[in-house]
Amino acid sequence: MKRIFALLAVMALLLAACGTDTTETTEATGGTETTETTEAPPEGIQAAANACEVGATDGPLNLYNWTDYIPTGPLAEEFEVDDLLAKFEEEHGEEVTLTFFNSNEAMLAQIDAGASYDVVVPSDYMVVTMRDADLLVELNRAAIPNLDANIAELFSNPGYDPGNRFSAPYQWGTTGIGYLYGSIDDTEGVSWGVLFDEEMAAPNAGFISLLDDTRETLGSALKYLGYSLNTLNKDEVDEAADLILSTNEWIAAFNSTSYWTLLSSGEVNVSQGWNGDFLGEYDRITEYDADGEVTYSGYDDFGYAIPIEGSAAWVDTMAIPTTADHPCTAQTFINFILDAENGATLTNFNYYASPNEASEEFIYEEIIEDPSIYPVPETMAILEFFLDLGDMNNYYADAFTRAKG
Amino acid sequence: MTLLDEKEQVVEEAVNPRLERKARKQESWRGFFHAAPAYVYLILFFVLPLLIIFVFSFGSRSNTGKPLLENWNFDSWGRLVDPLVRTIAIRSLWMALLNTAVCLMIAYPFAYWIATRAKQRTRTLLLIAVLIPFWSNFLVRTYAWRMLLGSDGYITQLGEATGLWGRMLFTQPAVFIGLLYGYLPFMVLPLYAALERMDWGLIEAGRDLYASGSKAFRKITLPLSKPGIIAGSILVFIPSLGAYVTPDILGGAKTNLLGNLLVTQFQAARNWPFGSALSGAILIVMLVATMIYFRTGGRTI
Repeated sequence: MKRIFALLAVMALLLAACGTDTTETTEATGGTETTETTEAPPEGIQAAANACEVGATDGPLNLYNWTDYIPTGPLAEEFEVDDLLAKFEEEHGEEVTLTFFNSNEAMLAQIDAGASYDVVVPSDYMVVTMRDADLLVELNRAAIPNLDANIAELFSNPGYDPGNRFSAPYQWGTTGIGYLYGSIDDTEGVSWGVLFDEEMAAPNAGFISLLDDTRETLGSALKYLGYSLNTLNKDEVDEAADLILSTNEWIAAFNSTSYWTLLSSGEVNVSQGWNGDFLGEYDRITEYDADGEVTYSGYDDFGYAIPIEGSAAWVDTMAIPTTADHPCTAQTFINFILDAENGATLTNFNYYASPNEASEEFIYEEIIEDPSIYPVPETMAILEFFLDLGDMNNYYADAFTRAKG
Repeated sequence: MTLLDEKEQVVEEAVNPRLERKARKQESWRGFFHAAPAYVYLILFFVLPLLIIFVFSFGSRSNTGKPLLENWNFDSWGRLVDPLVRTIAIRSLWMALLNTAVCLMIAYPFAYWIATRAKQRTRTLLLIAVLIPFWSNFLVRTYAWRMLLGSDGYITQLGEATGLWGRMLFTQPAVFIGLLYGYLPFMVLPLYAALERMDWGLIEAGRDLYASGSKAFRKITLPLSKPGIIAGSILVFIPSLGAYVTPDILGGAKTNLLGNLLVTQFQAARNWPFGSALSGAILIVMLVATMIYFRTGGRTI
């Protein structure tokens, strides 16, 4: 008996250990970690990238992207759009491995530590951070003709990366509030106060979620306080951090990776998040009968608003880190995504606006006409793009750690 | 000294009183060589990583958060007394202690009950039942709790029907339930092992000498099961103190434990020096706590 017991105990411990390990990697990095690292000096990979020709490939693609940001697998089927990764594999004969991350900073930590990916999807300000840390390969425009041919003028010479030398725009969007109709007063626009003000938040206490993201969460609090979300004033950042700390009394959770399902499943009524995640979810929960007629629409119950105090607009980009193993495949993939039809597939799947002007004719009409996705000029006027903070990066990061309590 | 010389000496000193000491010395050398692979393993995978952590904790970081091994300083260790760290540390410690205590209260009668089943088969079956949850991944089981504790979950519905509790998801009770569920088997198993090998004849003898049931328990069963209590408590307390997955999935605002704070430092906040100091401090606290526990509990495990 004792022997059996010992065996069982050992088994239990082993299993528990295995279980915990897997979990931690998945949770912490948003996917499996790539163990292979390249020690090739940047000059080497830059030279290799410069030598690539259009459509050339040099091995399988290792893609590091945000959660559910590219249509593939069952999700692509559910949204009835092309599986872009399968399409790439078919057209170029190279296998694609997709790994998820859940914040720019988490992605940076991996690349910094030497994890090898061929294409990563950093946001605007992170492109600056990575470029200044010599972590990005300059794109070879000859291998990516679509970059010059298809990109809208607004995104062809962005402040974070003049001339798109290190990055190619992927999608762009806004940060705002997704909410259950009736839970907040939206007759005269929605205020950030429904998250940050104790009295305005009271009706939904315990049913509010905030993003778990240094720049976004602090940014919205800064906007509510009337400051710039790129402020370099430490007092203003501290004030925003204290404000978020006080919301801990009435919010349910900080969440960047499943807040849209929390909203649609009734765990929260009001949620800070990105427009495409909300709209994609409203569309996903919409039900149809056998004839394709809508029997229930998510849009009847849920809305998205850009708060009246102003908010963030951001651009996510595709870039090649210096740890990449296959720069030619990487550039071919970037060119593939910047194709007009593939760019439209992306938007039809993730409900974010496309910086790809040529793709607009393939994008569903209801998306192009949706002001939550393509904001009207008056809204554009109150949006602010994220800028790199330089020396203040660490100050923001530590302030947010404090704000989460 | 060659091996041959040594042998001759052994023969020479066959009647020497020093012989015994020498033999003991040889024995210990042989032991050392037998254990060499374990030492290499420990140094490579335990001591070395630990050293790296300590070195990093005195380093600094670039303005993009890259850890730098220059500008050595004690700032990260200084930050350990921040109110933020104190709040989270106290919360973690309280959770871990509470979890250990409640696990013990539930597991003891349970293990006692299993150990006192007459049939061997029954005991084996009951033990397997304790272990069955381990057949599925811990993450999956924690997500299952998320559904049970959510707005539409059965537990929430029960609470609302009886008016006793509301939705617990995202709160400390949810994290506590998750921890209790996750670590209960680690308390049951060592307790069972201790109780199962107990000589029940001692209880009979005690009762023959007119000890009451509770007195027999206090004077005989409890002291004899002490090694199980200590082992189980350590197995529950240490992982509870460092828990990350459970508070991450079942908790929300105001439920951050030390594990979450640590992960944040290496990921989003990109503050490796502080993260290293923090994990170093946790390690020291755990080591001291375990040593005190072992000392007070004897070395009978």
